[in-house]
Amino acid sequence: MRYISTKGEKILSKKEIIQRLLQIIIVLFGVSFLTFSLTYLAPGDPAYAMYEANGVVPTQQMLESARQSMGLDKPFLMRYFTWLINCLQGNLGTSFFKHKEVAILLKDRLLPTIQLAFFSLLLTLIISIPLGIIAAIYKNRLADYIIRGLTFLGISMPSFWVGLLLLYIFALRLNRMPVISSEFGFQKLVLPAATLAIAMSAKYTRQVRAAVLEEINKDYVIGARARGIEENIILIKHILPNSMLPLITLLGLSLGSLLAGTAVVEIIFSYPGLGNLAVSAVATRDYPLIQGFVLWISLMYMSINLIVDISYKYFDPRIGKKEVRG
Amino acid sequence: MKIIKFVRQNRQFGILSILALFILLVALFAPVIATHNPYEAVLQDALQAPGKDHLFGTDVLGRDLYSRILYGTSTSISSAFILVSIIFIIGTGLGIIAGYFGGVIEGIIMRISDIMISFPDLILVIAIAGILGPSLGNAIIAITVVSWTKYARLARSLVLKIMQSDYIAAARLTGSKTSHILMKYLFPNILPILIVTAATDIGSIILQLASLSFLGFGAQPPTPEWGYMLSEGREFLQRAPWLLVFPGLAIFIVVVIFNLFGDSLRDILDPNIDKESKSLRKREKENEFKKDCKGTSRIHPSNWVIKWMWK
Repeated sequence: MRYISTKGEKILSKKEIIQRLLQIIIVLFGVSFLTFSLTYLAPGDPAYAMYEANGVVPTQQMLESARQSMGLDKPFLMRYFTWLINCLQGNLGTSFFKHKEVAILLKDRLLPTIQLAFFSLLLTLIISIPLGIIAAIYKNRLADYIIRGLTFLGISMPSFWVGLLLLYIFALRLNRMPVISSEFGFQKLVLPAATLAIAMSAKYTRQVRAAVLEEINKDYVIGARARGIEENIILIKHILPNSMLPLITLLGLSLGSLLAGTAVVEIIFSYPGLGNLAVSAVATRDYPLIQGFVLWISLMYMSINLIVDISYKYFDPRIGKKEVRG
Repeated sequence: MKIIKFVRQNRQFGILSILALFILLVALFAPVIATHNPYEAVLQDALQAPGKDHLFGTDVLGRDLYSRILYGTSTSISSAFILVSIIFIIGTGLGIIAGYFGGVIEGIIMRISDIMISFPDLILVIAIAGILGPSLGNAIIAITVVSWTKYARLARSLVLKIMQSDYIAAARLTGSKTSHILMKYLFPNILPILIVTAATDIGSIILQLASLSFLGFGAQPPTPEWGYMLSEGREFLQRAPWLLVFPGLAIFIVVVIFNLFGDSLRDILDPNIDKESKSLRKREKENEFKKDCKGTSRIHPSNWVIKWMWK
């Protein structure tokens, strides 16, 4: 027995949810093995890089002892299994360069990343919902053209350029906001979040516009109009709740990637998020940190996708009511 | 005469192809148009504002920004075209193999592309590019590894569709060789759609390469590259804002022109493409859109949302 909604998407049954969870575990194993082999195949010696980063030219002896303490002298499969067993016990290893536990390093970056993710999503919604509605109501009139032009600009501008321009205009010219967000606080969040929000709002505005336009011509709206209900009330009570549904899916999807860290924007604003950590880990060949990070992203991504899938039922009561044999 | 008539009928396409051609010419003739040697550092001219001598000013090493941006055009355009052709050839090739021969090969190719589509693009690219070591070549490899799957999926589904048609059955019945069927019947039929996809991809590929270089995993100094120039200019934000404005503007203009060019090329070629193939291409676009929303999963029931968005 399968539940199929009015719009045709599958509702996950308990069995399917368990299947998805199993799938997540399998993919995590695959991903961890892949990153492990990539780091194994990579050119360059992390032991040498560590000394170099500290400004020391190492002797052969120093290199060997460093390799030993990093565990680089053991064969590949053994390294992988040691790491895997430790990982299953909750120990992701120690960073080569920061000499701290990977789990702690990741945890420290978690809060700023979550803050940035939620704040930029909030900004996106504040900008895109009203603009999308206006564009839909004034379809093919001046306001619509202006808004569509703006969304085109927003989509085409590279995010690092937008970030730098914002930095220049607000932080340096107007001297309002701190240029570098070393510790987090509301103010330091605004510019990076705005940079992310500009690109995202451009996309979301188009979605909202399309969603409202889709609903506006439906029978129930015409019916409401025929009964003499005021346009504003039709918009707020009937059209909006129905057109906001697809947005929830999109929000879930965006959240997944924002929580993985947004490398470019975090680098520009020196924001202490996960993306920033990942870039520095990759640049210094900090293998345990790279592995921990990749594992984290995959877990994040797949779990959020699963949660979004499961949550449909709760957001749209219509889904799941119709029972179909399949 | 035919060309003039064609351009008259498709004015937008005409204008955009002239603009795209103009960019290609700039890339090609950068050494002729440039006023200075882009590699020549004149330290006493460091960080000069735009003026008569230096149209766009100079960077911290006293190199002429105008010339560097012109040379940057050839860096970006040539690497983007190389990248698109590599992805095109690998992706299409594997896709045709998967679609035509099926079996284990198809399984492997499709599972790999499933994994790729459920990962955030840039993160994976950064990891691969960083682990291989920062250079423009490795950045191209990294993006190839992540992006070929899109063409493979598209080519495969197109092949599967064409395989059902009568003329393939007729060719088989009359005993045509496999290679003959592939080259004479399959390839010419799937080519137009794939070319349209490639054309619309150039803009986003240029952007990806620039962001990799910006992060330091792409082109290395002293190569003139826009993304890298922006990251250099970042340190002199206050003293030399022109280091920020011009390279960014260059990326923006080129990306916009190529995006619009790809779109109008699609509009022109589309009437010649039958409906079913169009919907296949649309599905690829939906996949991509899901990626744009920065998250995807193969078995995502939100498919209807995305389908509905692309109506």
